Amino acid sequence: MGLDFTVVPGHLDIILLGCAWTIGIALAAALLSFFGGIIFAVIALYTPWIIRQPFRLIEWVFMGTPLLLQLFLIYFGLVQIGIDLPAFVAGIIGLGLHFAVYNSELIQTAILSVDKGQMEAARTVGLSRGQALRKVVIPQAVRDVIPPIGNNMIALLKDSALVSVIGVSELTLSAQRAIGATYRPFEFYLVAAMFYYAINLCMEWVQRRIERRISISR
Amino acid sequence: MDIDLMMRVYPFFLTAAWTTIQLSVLTALLGLSMGALGASARLSRFALLRFVGAAYVSLFRGTPALIQLFILYFGGPQIGIQLDAFEAGVIGLGINAGAYMTETIRGAIISIDKGQREAARTLGLSQWQATYKIVLPQAARLMVRPLGVNLNMLIKATALVAAISVVELTYTAQRYIGSTYKPFEMFLLAGVLYMIIIYATGRAVAWLDRRVQIT
Repeated sequence: MGLDFTVVPGHLDIILLGCAWTIGIALAAALLSFFGGIIFAVIALYTPWIIRQPFRLIEWVFMGTPLLLQLFLIYFGLVQIGIDLPAFVAGIIGLGLHFAVYNSELIQTAILSVDKGQMEAARTVGLSRGQALRKVVIPQAVRDVIPPIGNNMIALLKDSALVSVIGVSELTLSAQRAIGATYRPFEFYLVAAMFYYAINLCMEWVQRRIERRISISR
Repeated sequence: MDIDLMMRVYPFFLTAAWTTIQLSVLTALLGLSMGALGASARLSRFALLRFVGAAYVSLFRGTPALIQLFILYFGGPQIGIQLDAFEAGVIGLGINAGAYMTETIRGAIISIDKGQREAARTLGLSQWQATYKIVLPQAARLMVRPLGVNLNMLIKATALVAAISVVELTYTAQRYIGSTYKPFEMFLLAGVLYMIIIYATGRAVAWLDRRVQIT
């Protein structure tokens, strides 16, 4: 059955809509993973043993199992305990939590590498521990950690394709819809891949610009 | 928690874990071979090979592995490539992992001091000999740990083949969640097995890493 790309333009509207969904889901999950990462890092570093250990366990589970399996757990698990969320919300939560754990690892290292004197100085001028963390230590840690977090966000964009499996109509599932109508898997998956690649290139471009800004400000 | 149910279905999860292990091993072997080829291409004297290597890395790291798998498995027959789901899984994931491993291997090689090669050449070794007897053995040491990270990611990535119906751990969990409505129990079964596989692999890599370090 050879290739025939002439069928693509007729279904470009579904693909573009899917693309918008992918960008929206990836953005929402990225924000969740960023702030979640900061919260996880603070919990891992600054809370008593009894709170810290269960979080360690959760981190360990999230890093030791595949994202796809986690998405199934979150999507069907929430339904089981009576929370019936739309698939895309479950997808955002799953992606966001998964990458929050990876971001937390990076942020923890960065927080620890901020000079101790910063915290001490902040305490000396009268800030509370929480204020010192929020206003002095974490902002500096976050600056150091933006480039590697950028890599995680690019990984997040690609992994957002997995939420198609729980029925979110993003780019991958949109391509599948178009394939259902045309029986042209090669063409439409290739088009979807091109869109992912284009978004990816944009993200890399933004990342390079941010890195340059940071290296100037230092 | 439904322990009875878990006791009843766990043998299926064990079988599925074996499939996940087979997938992981075959994918890792293909990934390593592709990584070695890719790194050779990226470090080649010939501009065309360097370009091919760079394009391979950029395209396969720049698009979702799931889509690559779908193109190969569902789109393959259109261009005359007929594979069963397991074969498509190994080949698709292996080529994908190879792109990441290319960068790992290349990174280790270029971090070996240039003076090593120059000194070897001065002593009369050919370009090939300098590469195989001087540069690669030193680079191999540096590769173990980052390749271990690639391996860890690769094992988790084998879950993607659930989407093309290979009966491995994630597919099995998904199927039993669908038929029993016990997502937590099924996640626990599959999750523990994944963590055992990943933990064991991590220990093996750490052992190998210690073995190859000069202390």
